[in-house]
Amino acid sequence: MSFVKLTASALAIAAVSATAASARDQVQVAGSSTVLPYASIVAEAFGENFDFPTPVVESGGSSAGLKRFCEGVGENTIDVANASRAIREKEIKACAEAGVTDIIEVRIGYDGIVFASDIAGNSFEFTPSDWFLALSDQIVVDGKLVANPNKTWADVNANFPAQDLQAFIPGTKHGTREVFEDKVILAGCEATGAFEALMHANGEDKKAAEKACISLRTDGVSVDIDGDYTETLARIESNKDGIGVFGLAFYENNTDKLQVATMSGIVPSTESISTGEYPVSRPLFFYVKKAHIGVIPGLKEYAEFFVSDEVAGSDGPLSEYGLVADPELVKTQEAVSAEAVMGGNS
Amino acid sequence: MSDTSKTSLLALSPRTKQRNAAEKRFRAYGVAAIAIGLLMLTVLVTNIFSRGTGAFQQTFVTVNVELLESKLDKKGNRDLEDIKKVTTFGYNPLIRDSVVAKVEELGIQTDLKAKDLGGILSKGAVGQLREFVIANPDKIGETIEFRFLAQSRVDGYLKGRVHRESIGNDKSISAEQLDLVDQLVDAGVIVKSFNMDFITGADASDQRPEAAGIGVAMLGSLSMMFVVLGLALPIGVAASIYLEEFAPKNRLTDIIEVNISNLAAVPSIVFGILGLAVFINYMHLPTSAPLVGGLVLTLMTLPTIIISTRAALKAVPPSIRDAALGVGASKMQAVFHHVLPLAAPGILTGTIIGLAQALGETAPLLLIGMVGFIASNAPETLADGLLAPNSAMPAQIYEWAKRADPAFYERAWGGIIILLVFLVTMNTLAVILRRRFERRW
Repeated sequence: MSFVKLTASALAIAAVSATAASARDQVQVAGSSTVLPYASIVAEAFGENFDFPTPVVESGGSSAGLKRFCEGVGENTIDVANASRAIREKEIKACAEAGVTDIIEVRIGYDGIVFASDIAGNSFEFTPSDWFLALSDQIVVDGKLVANPNKTWADVNANFPAQDLQAFIPGTKHGTREVFEDKVILAGCEATGAFEALMHANGEDKKAAEKACISLRTDGVSVDIDGDYTETLARIESNKDGIGVFGLAFYENNTDKLQVATMSGIVPSTESISTGEYPVSRPLFFYVKKAHIGVIPGLKEYAEFFVSDEVAGSDGPLSEYGLVADPELVKTQEAVSAEAVMGGNS
Repeated sequence: MSDTSKTSLLALSPRTKQRNAAEKRFRAYGVAAIAIGLLMLTVLVTNIFSRGTGAFQQTFVTVNVELLESKLDKKGNRDLEDIKKVTTFGYNPLIRDSVVAKVEELGIQTDLKAKDLGGILSKGAVGQLREFVIANPDKIGETIEFRFLAQSRVDGYLKGRVHRESIGNDKSISAEQLDLVDQLVDAGVIVKSFNMDFITGADASDQRPEAAGIGVAMLGSLSMMFVVLGLALPIGVAASIYLEEFAPKNRLTDIIEVNISNLAAVPSIVFGILGLAVFINYMHLPTSAPLVGGLVLTLMTLPTIIISTRAALKAVPPSIRDAALGVGASKMQAVFHHVLPLAAPGILTGTIIGLAQALGETAPLLLIGMVGFIASNAPETLADGLLAPNSAMPAQIYEWAKRADPAFYERAWGGIIILLVFLVTMNTLAVILRRRFERRW
């Protein structure tokens, strides 16, 4: 008898909680781990300044966040997706199929990507070409495409010390990887003339040539890090020759262990990134479900608070933490308060 | 035969010597194995304690804040709605001025700007101040003494984590600020003391590691353990009693038995995926809720409890059942009046060990949204505790270990100490229960 009774009560508990679940009163956010620190700073300040409960911010990556965002409309789906890249056509389509049609895109600012090595080691002044020559699968030597023969940084650039090549770069599931490929490897590919050679080798097909450009060597010189920057840091601490790819904010919190390399002669900083001098940066976004505004208390207030001058402006806490303020913040603020959706004629 | 006739009982034969040597070697291996194990444990424990104890102490700065009416309540009518309109950003100047006033009062010469002077305080100070003003609007206009947290770099400097040589590129702290800190420490304005907030407080954002605490996550873990205990214990015990005492021994029960043992070996992440699919996507339970975490961990703990309960029931000698049945007890009476009480210590031990295992589990929680910046609202009611988003202790530790600021790393180790205290307590309880109540036949 007791077993039947227990099962029944277990089911009853589940049923009661299922009905109770339909009263969510805090904003739920998920997505990019790059945006997570900024979102949690905003969420914390939001909880302090408003009568709404502090929003919940989960991480998991841009793609995972957008996937959950596109699962549908309703209180058991998230309200906001953070992303370190713009939403893709494919994802917009998947969203629309699940009924998520009105999406508000909010650009919060820019994030710099820096190259850093152990503080006690050699310092470097990179150009995109150096990185291409160091990591690409195929490079041009004497006018011919050959498998990358470089073993040390001195092979790559005669001005560099003869330190073994070892790079820790973000894995393919990270949004950062895309920026690294676009702004560094591809730029280097074009600058060294390998792009033309690859165009030629691939029958003048631009897409195929780009793909060949960003295919990296697989002999252990370049190591994909699927975890967080803390893992990259740990790898560099155990292998002093390593050079890692970090977010600017992470580097700025660990200046006692890392030294940063310049890129094309520019030292990365919030200033040099906001002026566009430092080349490797990318915009950060969050996406809001318009259908949830008015249903989930505090959602619109959260979005507006996030992009307000006090928070996302150049003197705000986000900028202090390492976000590069968006020069067009006023436009974003207007769009958020007007609830302008993507693809609309707002 | 001539060989054997010569052997003496006192002189060992080569064969005996060999066997004795083998035994000696084996003993040495055993001692070495234990020594290695103990060494590892010592290294682990000293490591954890040397890195983690810092989290239980925090640096505080005592200053006098003038609650300017002109900043906090421009209209001067103490209307709470008007006071609430001043956001925490509006409190920054007050905080800054309070440090400037303190420095002037002590007669310390410094070239630092007001902004850098205020920078030695935690960014959470404004929140603390605003909360106080909203709770006590009548205090506006007065000068009140506050004890604020120092920012994490200052705290790290006092704890020896931040060194003067390594702050060259650091934007959060400068050598001049550290000079000031040294003077303020001498004046007794900056003190390091025990930090209860680490044990009772909520998580804090990346900018204020000094304010982060594990308390809310602890409540999350506690709620999950309630769910696990409330579901896994009755279901597990009922299932094992039926299987052990009542079920016929046939192919079906054999299959069930094998599957329970298999279930015990399933990696916990699998239960996480199952929880996501069934409890969240199908049953529409809220994400990040300890209730869902508890349900998932129940699934994980059930096999452990069933296996240990069955072992405990099996250990009760059949003579006891026979005696009960012999004097006319029904099967159920025999089980509930005689077998179950004797098996109870074993069942409890199994349950506590199962709970301890569930308490330390992180993997399934990753998938049901309990990792991130979540444990920031302390639950107010029991239902809130089950349904409002929360994290759990191991998930919180994982989250801290990932964050950029090294101060969070220290907190992760501190969190491990607290988690270990819980686990050791639970396991000790299990040992005590077994010692006191277990009967052998």
